[in-house]
Amino acid sequence: MHELGVVFHCIKQVNEIAEENNVKRVNSVTVEIGEVSTVIPYYFEDCWNWAVKKETVLKDAKLYIEKIEAVTHCENCIKDYPTVAHGKICPYCGSEKTYLLKGNEISIKQIEVVDN
Amino acid sequence: MDEVRIIEIKKSIFDDNDKDANRLREELKAKGVFLLNLMSSPGSGKTTTLISTINALKDKIKIAVMEADIDSDVDAIKIKEATGVQSIQLHTGGMCHLDAEMTRQGLRGLDLNDVDLAILENVGNLVCPAEFDTGASKNCMILSVPEGHDKPLKYPLMFSICDLVLINKMDVAPYFDFDLDKCSQYIKMRNPNAEIIPICAKTGEGVDKFADWIIKNIAKWRNNENA
Repeated sequence: MHELGVVFHCIKQVNEIAEENNVKRVNSVTVEIGEVSTVIPYYFEDCWNWAVKKETVLKDAKLYIEKIEAVTHCENCIKDYPTVAHGKICPYCGSEKTYLLKGNEISIKQIEVVDN
Repeated sequence: MDEVRIIEIKKSIFDDNDKDANRLREELKAKGVFLLNLMSSPGSGKTTTLISTINALKDKIKIAVMEADIDSDVDAIKIKEATGVQSIQLHTGGMCHLDAEMTRQGLRGLDLNDVDLAILENVGNLVCPAEFDTGASKNCMILSVPEGHDKPLKYPLMFSICDLVLINKMDVAPYFDFDLDKCSQYIKMRNPNAEIIPICAKTGEGVDKFADWIIKNIAKWRNNENA
């Protein structure tokens, strides 16, 4: 349900970019999805496959998903660690003074197009 | 053979909605309408909280309400009957949240003349509404006691975007081993700037504090003190 809303926003943005660039067809869309972005790639793909069928320039666009590993930084011991395995508490020093460096992205990286 | 080329985009999928939400915030500012986005899980008492709060405020300011749900209009009817203020139902067509454009369309269904406060009761959900900026002047959420004091740990994004967290159903706290201090601590971990007001919409406890918060924030917003 959530992924569908995200897919609609993605399609809307790609359509705008396609129009600005006067393209005939979009062959593929590459999105980056962070491990802790709240979007599940598998659901995103399902929603994508359903939603693009209703489109015109995007109708046959393939979806490529690049997953981004989530990394958290500890302000106390200045080390980085994988977020999914350890969460908010630093596995090296036990500090809670940590913040996410990357892994919450849901972004469009690039599109492959055929010009008019 | 058609020439194929790559266009680099490198843009968040939420980018267009974020821009649209900022435009809507400016439009509402120009109209003098303060938009409050109220979020929570289903069943936390959003509608009941709104009814008691609106009744505490309606003689001081002009209020209009949008009720967003996947289906039915029970909430909009309930608000209208219990408070007499303008209230409409928005259907999200199966979607789990409202975005800025859906909010703008909803606002078009209201008569905003002289309205000081428009309240958007978002779809009951702690995940998706947190990701889509509606263009609201302030975000507020309700956490109800039966949901447990550890909710801020489980749904960090929602707590991190809210200016105010109402803790509702305080009258039943002893039955659920609800620890208000722990809960407040978890909320502050996620969002040091969040304000917290414990309430009980049913008995009216704390509702006056929420009403005061609204009046104070509208005044600040009008004076552009709203960083």
